[in-house]
Amino acid sequence: MNDQKKKNEFLFFSLRNKKLVAGLIIIIFFLVLGFVGPIFSPYKPFAYLNPLGAQPPSMKYWFGTTFFGQDVFTQFVLGLRATFLVGAIGGGIGTLLGMFIGFTAGYRGGMVDEILNIITNIILVIPTLAVLLIIAAYLQVRSVFTECLFIGFTAWPWAARAIRAQTFTLRTREFVDLARMSGMKPLKIIFKEIAPNMMSYLVMTFILQFGGAILIAATLDFIGLGPTNAISLGLMMQISVLWGALQLGSWWWFIPPGLAITIIVGSLYIMNVGLDEVFNPKLREM
Amino acid sequence: MRRYFGRKLLIYGLTFILAVSIDWMIPRFMPGNPIRNMLTRVSVGTTAGASQALYDYYSHLFGLDLPLWQQYLNFWNSLIHGNLGISSYLFPTPVKQVLLSAVPFDIFLLIPSILLSWLAGNYFGAFAARSKWLDNTVSPIGYILTATPYMWLGILLAWFFGIVLGVFPIAGAYSFSMLPNLSWHFIGSVLLHWFLPFASLFLVGFGGQAIGMRNLIIYELEADYSHYLEALGAPRGLIRKYAFRNAVLPQITGLALSLGVIVAGALVTEVVFSYPGIGYLLLAAIQNQDYFLIQGCFLFIIFGVLFANFAIDIAYVIIDPRTRRGMTGESA
Amino acid sequence: MSLRVENLTVYYQTLRGDVRALEDATFGLSDGEIMGLAGESGCGKTTLGQSLIYLVPPMKLVKGRVILDEDVLPINDTGKMDDFRYKKISIIPQYAMNAMNPIRKIGKMTEELLRSKKVDFKAILPELKRRLDLVKLPQEVLDMYPIELSGGMKQRMVMVISTLLNPALLIADEITSALDVASQKAVAEMLVEFRNQDCCNSAIVITHDISILYQIADNIMIMYAGQIAEKGTTKTIINTPRHPYTKMLISTLPEVGIRHDEKRLAGIPGNPPLLLNPPAGCRFRDRCPVAFEKCLDVPPFIEIKPRHFIACWKETGANA
Repeated sequence: MNDQKKKNEFLFFSLRNKKLVAGLIIIIFFLVLGFVGPIFSPYKPFAYLNPLGAQPPSMKYWFGTTFFGQDVFTQFVLGLRATFLVGAIGGGIGTLLGMFIGFTAGYRGGMVDEILNIITNIILVIPTLAVLLIIAAYLQVRSVFTECLFIGFTAWPWAARAIRAQTFTLRTREFVDLARMSGMKPLKIIFKEIAPNMMSYLVMTFILQFGGAILIAATLDFIGLGPTNAISLGLMMQISVLWGALQLGSWWWFIPPGLAITIIVGSLYIMNVGLDEVFNPKLREM
Repeated sequence: MRRYFGRKLLIYGLTFILAVSIDWMIPRFMPGNPIRNMLTRVSVGTTAGASQALYDYYSHLFGLDLPLWQQYLNFWNSLIHGNLGISSYLFPTPVKQVLLSAVPFDIFLLIPSILLSWLAGNYFGAFAARSKWLDNTVSPIGYILTATPYMWLGILLAWFFGIVLGVFPIAGAYSFSMLPNLSWHFIGSVLLHWFLPFASLFLVGFGGQAIGMRNLIIYELEADYSHYLEALGAPRGLIRKYAFRNAVLPQITGLALSLGVIVAGALVTEVVFSYPGIGYLLLAAIQNQDYFLIQGCFLFIIFGVLFANFAIDIAYVIIDPRTRRGMTGESA
Repeated sequence: MSLRVENLTVYYQTLRGDVRALEDATFGLSDGEIMGLAGESGCGKTTLGQSLIYLVPPMKLVKGRVILDEDVLPINDTGKMDDFRYKKISIIPQYAMNAMNPIRKIGKMTEELLRSKKVDFKAILPELKRRLDLVKLPQEVLDMYPIELSGGMKQRMVMVISTLLNPALLIADEITSALDVASQKAVAEMLVEFRNQDCCNSAIVITHDISILYQIADNIMIMYAGQIAEKGTTKTIINTPRHPYTKMLISTLPEVGIRHDEKRLAGIPGNPPLLLNPPAGCRFRDRCPVAFEKCLDVPPFIEIKPRHFIACWKETGANA
């Protein structure tokens, strides 16, 4: 009864929270655009269509064309797909790794915690982009999935820190002691007692990882170390700059990709703030 | 306090060893043969016999004909002696020289942008927590700025202020027609070229700091000690001052943690503006497969980050009086 | 000093409606009196204490007024209240152990607080030191950070700070709740000593522990579910309570010497009502063994004997 009431209460506040709703609507809009957009576009992303080269938006090419006469809109919506994919999977891997390490460190404490802490701090200190650059340069062919792995394996420390701190506070609570005394195995305790109470926190951590993954992916793509076989928003920006879009003033080529990322990640962050208010009554405004 | 610094130094030491080891592994695990790659770029018009002699010479020079463990030790050895090898991309300039010529630009770009964005961001974030109206204006700006990818902001600024308005140049650290000298003309050119990349890094950092500070201040204003002072009728100014001082501490550690992100941001910004910093150099080295330059850049970046971390740790000890008493307010 | 509270009614604003935490509180406090304010968790005693000095959202003043020494306290106007706070009326909060700024030395914090209230710190320093001796805290405490003190020490430090300007009225909210029994006795006795040495004039001691009040209070006021049930001298309330709730409350107190397998410790069956939509009339109605139809009307708070007030139809007669 209590759980059901709690869920209804969350739903009630969620729907009333402007930030959460606004953020969610924007994300869903872009998600749908990424899913459905390519269906509406009759063009292939890399096809050389417009003999006039870079042209501003028109009825025929909604977002205009690139220097090579390619349709920017097609590239854009396909890039959106890649962005969401990398964000979700990369962010997902990062969250899962962070959960694994964070829970273990937070629950076990002691030496295990110290060691995991040191590892986490080392990875936090090393500017991972530098490492990624070098690793990515090794691999001649890179897929979207490889990029997700890169991102997940370098972004987890943030999640691990947060989850560890929360686990610490929950670990000392009575219901955990009760579970421990009744002989529950540690793994089970983590999954049945601690995690459900941290659900809201885990969701928020995932959202942050999701946003962060999108930004990291855009950076990697921009430097030319993204997937070699797909179009992405970062790649669009790179190519546009390399082929003089700035000097030619082809704003329709480099503004939409970056703008989309800014809006999507911004909406994720604002959604997060809204979620925090829903889950944390003290922050709710009257 | 000894314990605090002891732990930090341990982590930095381990990190350094790990980083150097990764650094050493780079050319040895790259696909292809580093020496051969280097030679194909450099040697022109040599006979087959001469090529082989050159190959043997360089293999010996870079110690690639030795067993791996000996190479590893030699690497540490040359590192300690400050020998970072010769760049193949910019042959025959020694790597150390190439790097040292790029470092000033990075410092000039990064230090002001980090410090100013931290200070300004914290100030505005605290300011925003004062009233609902301020909060509703500053917060969205902060979120948008921190969600903006560094390179896109750079592109935007370059396009708008560089091309459309034509006020700032968008490539290089100073005008290509000049040679470095100490005239006002040159300094002016440097500043002009510096401004847009600086602004780009500053704005994104500012957004993040403002948001972080605002959240921390709100948290502190809800703390028990704030309520106590209010109940005793202390003026708002005193309460805000205490909240600010308490909120600054996690912001300092937060800065240390975000150094990795800042380095990444600086790298892409340098690419957008063709600004000759270490990030730009690293990318060029990768594209040209200059392994020694890659190694050197990576090393410099790691070293810089560790040093910055250490400086921030010292700042933390100065500002949090509890650490001097042997109690850590923040865990490492 | 004299305090007069008339029909004080304070609700909490929540998204689900108003929580009616304090309903029509009317009582008086005389010079030098220590009044205990007791009741279960959620009965409104902290709300009452808080609203006298720190009535801020989500609390809202619905009606009533507070008169301290002929001045109507502007409890609803937090700006104007600042003039009264700390000087005429002060509080030792429930969270006293966390009440001090963690990154400031205690002495420095006190100095900054006093300066901000336009008090000459140098002049008051000797008195501050004397009070530290009074509560048996070493003078070095002023040079320490809160984290270096134990819970009991922090409690006592906050007591010193809160009473430093000799307020006419001191509100002590659960000052013994988080301490061990020996410290509880020490702190309670310190409070009496404060009053005796004029560090404060009168005090309202809020607690759920009636046994402490037995030791130090002159009068005791019992609250239930936002309403005042009974008020009388300590002797009266402990020995001859009249209100059904008070009677049951007193009988739940364990007595020394009685083994509880011989005589079961009595509880009060049931739970207090939720104050979002409280029942009409006397809110103890549902758990009261002697409730009858008249209890559907709110019983008035009447003086049945000199200095003995009660709000109960049964005791005051249904025709009162």
